[in-house]
Amino acid sequence: MVLIQKQKTRAFSIATITLPGSPKDLIPLLSFRDRVEHLLVRIGWRRRRYIVEPALYRIGSPMPDSPVIVTANYKLTVDTVRAACAGMDLWVLVLDTRGINVWCAAGKGTFGTDEIERMVRTSRLTDIVKHRRLILPQLGAPGVSAHRVKKITGFTVIYGPVRIADLRDFLAADMNATSDMRHVRFTLSDRISVTPIELVLSWQLFLAAALAGLGLWAIHAAPFPAAVVPLVGAVLMGAVVVPLALPLFPFRSFVLKGAAAGLLWALLMIALFPVDILTAARHLTLLPPVVAYLAFNFTGSTAFTSPSGVKAEIRWFTWPLLLWFAAGVILYFAELIRGWLG
Amino acid sequence: MRYIESVVTLNLDAEKCIGCGRCAEVCPHRVFTVTDRKAAMIDRGACMECGACQKNCPVDAITVKVGVGCAYALIRSRITGKEACCG
Ligand code: SF4
Ligand code: SF4
Repeated sequence: MVLIQKQKTRAFSIATITLPGSPKDLIPLLSFRDRVEHLLVRIGWRRRRYIVEPALYRIGSPMPDSPVIVTANYKLTVDTVRAACAGMDLWVLVLDTRGINVWCAAGKGTFGTDEIERMVRTSRLTDIVKHRRLILPQLGAPGVSAHRVKKITGFTVIYGPVRIADLRDFLAADMNATSDMRHVRFTLSDRISVTPIELVLSWQLFLAAALAGLGLWAIHAAPFPAAVVPLVGAVLMGAVVVPLALPLFPFRSFVLKGAAAGLLWALLMIALFPVDILTAARHLTLLPPVVAYLAFNFTGSTAFTSPSGVKAEIRWFTWPLLLWFAAGVILYFAELIRGWLG
Repeated sequence: MRYIESVVTLNLDAEKCIGCGRCAEVCPHRVFTVTDRKAAMIDRGACMECGACQKNCPVDAITVKVGVGCAYALIRSRITGKEACCG
């Protein structure tokens, strides 16, 4: 008897129960609802609470010799697996990573050796499959010690491709990954998929920029667009344009990428709106540090920035940026006062 | 795309290496190659210090200072004095 699973926890139903205690079937096709949820999740809805129940699942009709793949219990991650594996026969071992994706959970260690051991044991995997191989996403490797997994569970860890979409080819090639399958590229489409959340997370800065611009306008220091566009646009530059156009800026440093973009933006604003020397100076001092800061924050969303590099940037640029920004704030208030005095 | 390379903390002790190939398998930036059962770093500067190679090397031949590569978390940890952690 096939029933739609109803969870008492807040886990989402993605599976049907066959027999109590036996592996559940993952429904390979994503529903319209799944897709709507994915859009919402990408802009911050239910962040950290978009989860499925950690368990052993089935895709298709796996046999005791079918491959076992391991993944995280973030539903967006599981759904990617579901969609990519439609038509295949696999076991899917979903670990409890507290609803965090494989890469971030591996960094925290929740996608890790001990959790693999726990799930192998509680799912009674050794009774269900004949072989002793687990296929892990390569990006889970920072949390897992393959030789320790072997020692404590008896299962050999095989790191599969970085992208689940390559799994089919990987399996067809007797679990040999091409160099390309092992490589993280961070393409434009990767950057587009993380940009919405950057936008949402920088809402406070948007608000601050808009208020600062409205202040100038209210006090008749500038007409509406000339007051608001440079400031709000700078936040947009830092949160969206620099991330998308990342490789176009020739510097390695994210602060320098952002500062360059900010200077370009300031010059554009000076060219676009009639400004006097005070306003021009304010654009050149206030806008670039804001863009630089936001661009620097984007290091948290990339897949190639080392913590040593980020720390070096903090060492090099904190004071210059703060002083640069402080000059901009002083000029901003000078402009406010001038507008107020009339 | 590449990041600041001069500060990367990755090191390989080729003496210890037994050539199992794990480091080349796990590294997402093709830093290692294993030939004649010895690992070598062919692109050390591409390392993002994720720690996957270190954790999966069975003989501890690799060392790297692992951490959170996220500016926001690091700045916050500077200010609060607490350990950096992404969220
Ligand atoms: S730390 Fe990560 S990026 Fe650096 S060499 Fe090791 S696996 Fe590659
Ligand atoms: S993982 Fe360690 S032992 Fe294996 S090839 Fe790399 S350095 Fe050598």
